[in-house]
Amino acid sequence: MRLFRHELRYELRLYSRSRELAFFTFLLPLILFLMLGFAYGDDELKGVKGSDYLLIGTLGYGVVATAFAGLTIVLVLRREDGILKRLRSTPLPAPTYLAALLATTMIAFLVQAIVIVAVGMSAFGASIPSHLFSFVLSLILGAAVFAALGVGLTGLVKRAEGASAVVNAIYFPMLFLSGSFFERDTFPEFLQVVADVLPLTYFFDLVFGVVYGGDQIWDRAGDVAALAIWGLVGVYVAVRRFRWTPTEG
Amino acid sequence: MSTAVAVSDLRKAYGEVEAVSGISFEIATGEIFGLLGPNGAGKTTTVEILEGYRKRDAGSVTVLGADPAKADQRWREQIGVVLQSSAMYPTLTVAESLALFGGYYEDPRSVDEVVHLIGLEQKRDSTVRTLSGGQRRRLDLGLALVGDPDLLFLDEPTTGFDPQARRRAWESISSLRALGKTILLTTHYLDEAERLCDRVAVLREGRIAAIGRPGELTGALPPTEIRYRQDGREVVLRTEEPTRILNELTQKALADGRELEALEVRRPSLEEVYLSLTEEEKE
Repeated sequence: MRLFRHELRYELRLYSRSRELAFFTFLLPLILFLMLGFAYGDDELKGVKGSDYLLIGTLGYGVVATAFAGLTIVLVLRREDGILKRLRSTPLPAPTYLAALLATTMIAFLVQAIVIVAVGMSAFGASIPSHLFSFVLSLILGAAVFAALGVGLTGLVKRAEGASAVVNAIYFPMLFLSGSFFERDTFPEFLQVVADVLPLTYFFDLVFGVVYGGDQIWDRAGDVAALAIWGLVGVYVAVRRFRWTPTEG
Repeated sequence: MSTAVAVSDLRKAYGEVEAVSGISFEIATGEIFGLLGPNGAGKTTTVEILEGYRKRDAGSVTVLGADPAKADQRWREQIGVVLQSSAMYPTLTVAESLALFGGYYEDPRSVDEVVHLIGLEQKRDSTVRTLSGGQRRRLDLGLALVGDPDLLFLDEPTTGFDPQARRRAWESISSLRALGKTILLTTHYLDEAERLCDRVAVLREGRIAAIGRPGELTGALPPTEIRYRQDGREVVLRTEEPTRILNELTQKALADGRELEALEVRRPSLEEVYLSLTEEEKE
């Protein structure tokens, strides 16, 4: 526990000093939220005010950017730079290290979620989400699922230079297809079929249902199950493919 | 004297290629032992097996009383590792990096003590991003030392250094001898091995070509070499009786009333032993 707290303290310091993470995973979703919110925040999407819809979409953007994209890139860079290998020669247990890194990701996303909701309230007059307990639980579930997928993905990325290319190729199309910025119903049918597979779709529907549909998290068992399956896929790949040492040759 | 490292008939192959083909050696506690050899001789493979990073195919390995392949956290408390290449978090300062790694150990050295030991007092509060290559390498050494290990692995600790930085690193490593540390270092610099190591093993194609004190290895060749220039030609004499030969040479030169130009008397360096060991049988 002492080692976990020690590592967490330094991971949070490292996170707060990373300008890249601050911009791409923290600020960019907020900037897009504001821009799109001012563009069509007064329209009606999926039966709610456009800016209320975008609030959920931005939470989805945030969870993917912070828990999936940011974590994947950081881990691949640390592996290829040999930092992970160096850590393996110290008495710091591997599970403690990963737990501290995941806790850092979780904390970063929860802070981000608070800021997104605060911006939604102050700029677009959103109200505090109902069913706060289910809401927070949904966010934590989403962050855990995307972090698992991110750690799994690191095992499939060979080189540091490939990390952001692979991550961006996955997460930007997913943002659009899962309806973070526009309603999915307006997309052609074959894209909706793709969207029905993506984990972000279920995260969006879960949070949307909890915030605007009057649901509790346990009322949306289908979404929770779909997310859990994706999470298990991530854990499975991570267990099989995660490496501490740089790619050789 | 107790044994810190014992390796017996160690073997490791990558696919069809055998990188280490049955090597054996022991390192006594408090000894500085060098693994010397050209690239691809099996130095890093051997060290990484001893560090617990790689699994061996055959042979037995004992490091501080344990098999590194099955080593636990307690074992890692006692070792320090400087890898051939590995970066550090660029946004942390030198002191923060040492404090972070020190926190992984039960009973670490103080940050300031390590900063002093690696000679980075001026850079204590600078971020890793701003350090030069040589300074980063000294920080690597500091990160391996902060846990106060009994055994240190240094994989090519000075590769890429300028001569001045190398001399500073040598001083740091020599000062560890006074602390009673056991050190295994790999290098392809012969002067480094000669200067730092109590004993060296010369590796060639996965085997030990020679092992002993640097003085013993150089003793395997004719011990003394005498060079001088006569009529514009360089004359090289290798002899086991330097006193008699020199006496004859100087008497003759005195009698002839001429100078032995560019006269040089020296013992063969480890470099010559090394070259003769690593080049023979090469067609």
